Amino acid sequence: MSEQDLSIKDVRHIAKLSRLAPDDAAIESLRSSLSSILGHIAKLSTVDVAGVEPMAHPLAISNRLDADESGATLPIEMVLLNAPAKVDRFLAVPKVLDEGGA
Amino acid sequence: MNPKPHDCVGLRAIAAQVRTGAVTASARVANCLARIEAHESEIHAFNQVFAAEARAAAARIDACVARGENPGALAGVILAIKDNIATTLGRTTCSSRFLENYRSPFDATVIQRLLAAGAILIGKTNLDEFAMGSSTENSAFGTTRNPWDRTRVPGGSSGGSAAAVSAGFCDAALGSDTGGSIRQPASLCGCVGFKPTYGRVSRYGLVAFGSSLDQIGPFARDVRGCAELFEAFCGSDQLDSTTAPLEVPDCLTQLDEPLRGLRVGVPREYRSEANAPSVARVLEDAVAAYKSLGATIVDVELPLTDVGISTYYVIAPAEASSNLARFDGIRYGKRAEISAGEGLEELYAKSRSEGFGPEVLRRIMLGTYVLSSGYYDAYYNRALQVRRRIREEFDRAFAQCDVLLGPTSPMPAFEIGGKTDPWAMYLCDVYTVNTNIAGIPGISLNAGYAEERGALLPIGMQLQGPAFSEALLLRAARMLESARPPKYPS
Repeated sequence: MSEQDLSIKDVRHIAKLSRLAPDDAAIESLRSSLSSILGHIAKLSTVDVAGVEPMAHPLAISNRLDADESGATLPIEMVLLNAPAKVDRFLAVPKVLDEGGA
Repeated sequence: MNPKPHDCVGLRAIAAQVRTGAVTASARVANCLARIEAHESEIHAFNQVFAAEARAAAARIDACVARGENPGALAGVILAIKDNIATTLGRTTCSSRFLENYRSPFDATVIQRLLAAGAILIGKTNLDEFAMGSSTENSAFGTTRNPWDRTRVPGGSSGGSAAAVSAGFCDAALGSDTGGSIRQPASLCGCVGFKPTYGRVSRYGLVAFGSSLDQIGPFARDVRGCAELFEAFCGSDQLDSTTAPLEVPDCLTQLDEPLRGLRVGVPREYRSEANAPSVARVLEDAVAAYKSLGATIVDVELPLTDVGISTYYVIAPAEASSNLARFDGIRYGKRAEISAGEGLEELYAKSRSEGFGPEVLRRIMLGTYVLSSGYYDAYYNRALQVRRRIREEFDRAFAQCDVLLGPTSPMPAFEIGGKTDPWAMYLCDVYTVNTNIAGIPGISLNAGYAEERGALLPIGMQLQGPAFSEALLLRAARMLESARPPKYPS
């Protein structure tokens, strides 16, 4: 891991992967701040981690399963309480498929 | 500014007075609302104040008392709630434009437990957007100001909760701590802030930031208040599979009894040259206080202290980039307008870009980058390996001592607008992030003051303990508190 200077093209690619669309001014500001942060993060390469098992979580936990029983759920009007757009009992979204389907 | 000494009686003593009728919940709510009315326009601790709802809740408790019923262990205790914890009362905004009008259809588990104990919610407090920040300046709804000096930040991200407690707007508050977001603002505002062990408290209803790091915890004006609030809401929860299946610990019975033979470890790395002189002085005062209380001071080493920030700024953004993917503008939150010919992809990207502020954007992109193909091993996987080494380093230290003592923050409250470089802001949390990385508990309590240009600025000390050692940690904190009783702005 060496000093990491991102290009504008890199930043646009990361934005696309992140489902974000920053404007040109924001892209340049992100390029500069992300490059600087990655430069600081490079310090991680100074730590000897040979043979160390990665630790994703502080607790040694395994998945806990509930009993397979139905319980109370939110009423549909509560589920739709915050919907930006709805039609009857459904969330409205932009058309995903072309006419005739795909 | 004439700080008043505070007698550390906790919250149950308040509730006991409410239950006997010595004071009414209604009068207590009226007092808090009067303080809010007088000072909130300058402090801006709240995103919303529930004046009418709090009065109604207080009237219900008073009626309960009048009927001879028991309204609960925290009856009439007035709480402020960080605005990233779901409440059916009001909105839950995370101080983000994206969730500006979001109303939660459910209460977080901690809220359900506190309401059942008779607590009253007075409002939702300001934070750095989605809890990403150390100053509360990243809020979409304006900066919170420090009650000790209104030109300075309260710390963050739970700056609104810390400021509300210190300003006397409430008895206690809830915050969340992913890398220091309870402890650092508690230090800067001069109150007590406690991050329990990961797994001790249900995260159900806490808007997720870094799921392996996040933990809800209390703010109060004294250690006892924090311990009482913690006991009221901790414990396993069917709705959060990461809660540990352990009994609720008794943190209260022996809280005031000093620990005999306590070994206080002071890591060499916490006596850093980077500490402000006032912070270095308060640390040595705290060491002297523990010595005079009969504790043994142990020199320990935590050499990975200064790679904590680098480790954290890989793991936390990685988890955030995944958690914040849910904000897509479809089911709730902001939905941007799209033009003819644009589809779902554009809807997601526009809604997110319009809804998120610059720091949130930066962290999502940083997290996406460190998880992306070609960089995963060099950044994310390596950070997880360093994480295990940090945890092992704490384990070795706790073989030599019972608790670790050090500054919560390398500096007292800084001026609003004083830190513009992201990394300089991130370094505020150098002493707090490793607590979350290791998943252990930490508490910050006031231990002294700096005087800067006529303003008195509180300085907190942090104690950390082994996982699930809350009872011991709180008792050790209570010892320091008894030697350094807190004061609050009058």
